[in-house]
Amino acid sequence: MDTSTETTRTMTLEAFADTFVPGEKRSPDDVAIAGAAYGAGAVAAGAIELLEMPATGVASGLDDIVTTLNDHASSYAAEHHIPIDVAVPPFVALDYEHRSALIRELTAPGHPEKEFWVLTALFCFMAFDTAAHMDTVSALENGHPGLTTMGFTKPDPDGLWRFPDYSYGRQLARSHPDTTPNGDPA
Amino acid sequence: MTSAERTDILVIGSGFGGAITAYHLAAGGAKVVILERGPWVPSDEFDQGFELGTSSTRIFDFVAGDGMSVLGGNCVGGGSVVYFATMPRAPRFVFERQGSVGRRMWPSAINRDSLEPWYDRVTEALPISHQTWEQVPYPGGLWAAACNHAGRTANLPNVAIDTSLCTNCNWMMAGCRFDAKRSLLLNYLPAAVSHNAEIRPLHEVQKITRVDDWYRVHYNVIDDEDYRETTGSGEIDAKIVIVAAGAGATPVILQRSEPELGTMPYGVGRYFSGNGERLNTAVIDEDKAREVLGLSRPNGSAYEANQIGRGPTVVCWDHLDGSLPEHSRFALEQLYFPPGLGTILAQAPGVEGRYAWFGPEKKEMLRHWKSWLTIFILSEDNNEGVFGPPPPTGNSARISQQMLGRGALSYEPSKETLRGWAEADAEIKDILERDGLAKVRPWTNDLVGAYTVHPLSSCRIGDDPGTSALDHRHELRNHPGIFVTDGSAVPGALTVNPALTIAALAERAIPGIVQAAQDRGIQVKYGAPAPDGARSAARAVTPLLPSLVAR
Repeated sequence: MDTSTETTRTMTLEAFADTFVPGEKRSPDDVAIAGAAYGAGAVAAGAIELLEMPATGVASGLDDIVTTLNDHASSYAAEHHIPIDVAVPPFVALDYEHRSALIRELTAPGHPEKEFWVLTALFCFMAFDTAAHMDTVSALENGHPGLTTMGFTKPDPDGLWRFPDYSYGRQLARSHPDTTPNGDPA
Repeated sequence: MTSAERTDILVIGSGFGGAITAYHLAAGGAKVVILERGPWVPSDEFDQGFELGTSSTRIFDFVAGDGMSVLGGNCVGGGSVVYFATMPRAPRFVFERQGSVGRRMWPSAINRDSLEPWYDRVTEALPISHQTWEQVPYPGGLWAAACNHAGRTANLPNVAIDTSLCTNCNWMMAGCRFDAKRSLLLNYLPAAVSHNAEIRPLHEVQKITRVDDWYRVHYNVIDDEDYRETTGSGEIDAKIVIVAAGAGATPVILQRSEPELGTMPYGVGRYFSGNGERLNTAVIDEDKAREVLGLSRPNGSAYEANQIGRGPTVVCWDHLDGSLPEHSRFALEQLYFPPGLGTILAQAPGVEGRYAWFGPEKKEMLRHWKSWLTIFILSEDNNEGVFGPPPPTGNSARISQQMLGRGALSYEPSKETLRGWAEADAEIKDILERDGLAKVRPWTNDLVGAYTVHPLSSCRIGDDPGTSALDHRHELRNHPGIFVTDGSAVPGALTVNPALTIAALAERAIPGIVQAAQDRGIQVKYGAPAPDGARSAARAVTPLLPSLVAR
C-alpha cells in the first residue's frame, strides 16, 4: 500500500472525520472509512475539504493533527495489545470501536489536548450538517449527503426560504394563570 | 498636548446598550461616535446559508472558554441582529434574588415595578408585539401540546417581530433578510444617525486611558474578511465613555485598561452569569405526536417541522414561581438551534454513558433531524464566571477567519446551578417522554463547557461596592464618566430571555449619563421621544428623572 506522506495524511484525516459521523465504505478495500453506519458520512459530506480551508484556522495544523493522532493510535494499540497493520497509518489500522475509544480519551474533560481535538471534530460535524465549505443552495441542489440525510428543505427558486405552511393554527395549551394582561410573567 | 480626534461621547458597541444610549445622547445634542468591532451589514446582504464567509459567520461570534462558551453578535446592531427577538419582562422574584452574595443582588432602586416604565419605552421603540396561536409555528405548537398533555401551561412570549413580514424561515441568526425582526438597524440606530451620531464598523476597542480631563479610547481597525488581521489603529478622546461591548467583551476592555487607567472595581470580570442556560434536544416520535397529541399538518405529517419557524415561540413558565427556592425557578422554551455550532453537542437519546455526541447512534439521530424539538432552559445560575488575564487584542484569541475564538472566561457551575439544571432536565423529560412522545437528552457540557447565548453580569450594577462594579446609575466605580450599559450590567440570571431587560436598563441609565455629560460641559439634554417620534412612554418616565441622576 502506498504510504506516502500525502496518502497517510488523507487516510488519517478521513478516518478521523469518519469516527464522528460514520459512513459506508466507498469500495470493499476502503480502509479509511470504517463502515460503521450505512449511507454517506462526514467524509462524503466534505469534511476534508472543509478542514483544508484556511478560513477555519485549523488547516495549517493538519499535519500536526495527523502526526499526533497516529502517535496516540500507536500508543493506544500497544497499551491494549492490539496488533495493527503496519501498511496503513496507525489510526487507520484501528477498527471503529477502537478509533472511537481513542477519540473518547482525547476529548475527555481533563485531557491536555482536548480543545484541539474538539475544535477539529466541530468542523467534521459542520461539513455534514451545514456543508460550510460550499454555497448552501448549491449544496442542496447537488444532493449534499449531510443536508439531504437530515431532510433540510430546499429554498424557493430565488434562493430564499419561506414556509407558508407553518402553524397548527389553533390554541394548544392554556396560559399560565399569573400571566400579566400584557403577556409577561408576573 | 494631544492631536487625537475628539468627541463628546464615545460609545463602544452598537447592540442594545450602545444603540439606545447613542440615540438618546445624539438626539439630546451631544456629539456621539460609536465604535463597533463587527461589520455593518445591510439587510439585503443577510445571507440564508451556512457557507464560511457569509453573514452567518460574519456577524456572529463564538468564544470558547474554560467551562463556558459564549455566543454573541459581531456587527452593527450587535445581538439584536442575530437574536431571536423574544422579549418577556423578567419575573418579579428575579429582582429579589440574593445569589451567592447573601443579600439582594439588584440595587435597591430597581425592582419590577420601578423598571416597568423603562420596559414600556423599549416596547414602544422597537416595537414589541403579541403573538397569536394562529401564528405559532409547528415546533412551538408541538411544545404547547406536549405541555398541555402533561398538565402544564404554555405561553406565547411577546416578540420584537413583525409577523406579517415573517416567512418562518428560521434564518434569524444570520440576520433577517425580510426585515421582519425588529433589530436595532430599524429603529434606534438609524434614529441616532439622523441626529448625527457616527457609527464606525470594524473598529475594535482595545483599552481606555486618560489624558487630562479626557478619556482616550484606543482601537484597532479589523480586516473586513479576515478578523484575525488588523489594518490600522487609532485613538479618540471623549469626555464620557459608554462601554457596551457585551458581557463577553466589556470586562476584557476594562481589565486591559487597568494598568494605565487605575485599579478597577473588584466586580469587573467577575460574577459572570450564563443566564443559567442549557439545552435539551428531543427526537419526536411522529406517530405518537399524531396519536397522543392529535397533531397533523396539511402535508400529512404530524410534525417533521424542526426547520420551520422563528426561533422560540412557546414557553412553559410553570416554574417561574417566586415561592420556589432559588435555582429551582426556570423557564422551558421551545427553540430552533440551527445546524452548525450546536449539533456536535446534542446527544443521541437512548445511548448509555457520557459519549453520545458522536458515532453511529448520533448519525441515526441526524437522520431524524426534521423531528427534532429543542428545549431551552433559562434558569438561575450562581454568577460563577471569572475572566482571566485579557488576550493581546479583542476579547479572544481568534482561531478562525471569522466567528471562532478562545477567550479567558472560566466557569465552574456550583452545586446549586447543577441542581437547577437537573430539575429542569427532569421536567423536560417528564413532559416529552410521557406516553412515548419523544426521547430526549440534554446537550453535553463535556466538550466546550456550558453554553450561553445570553451572557450577563460581568460588570454589574448594585449597591455593594464589593460585589458590583457599577452603581445604580451604571457608572463605573472610581472612574467617573465611564458608564456600562450592556448585558454585563445586569446583576444576575433572569430566568427569561434578557434583551428587553438589558434595553430597559439602558433606557433607565440615560438621565444619569446626561447629567454626567452636562457636569462636564457637554451641551446635551434628556427628553427624546421613541425613534419613530412616539411620545407616550417618554412622557411616562418624566416624573422619575430626579431619582435617576442622584448618586
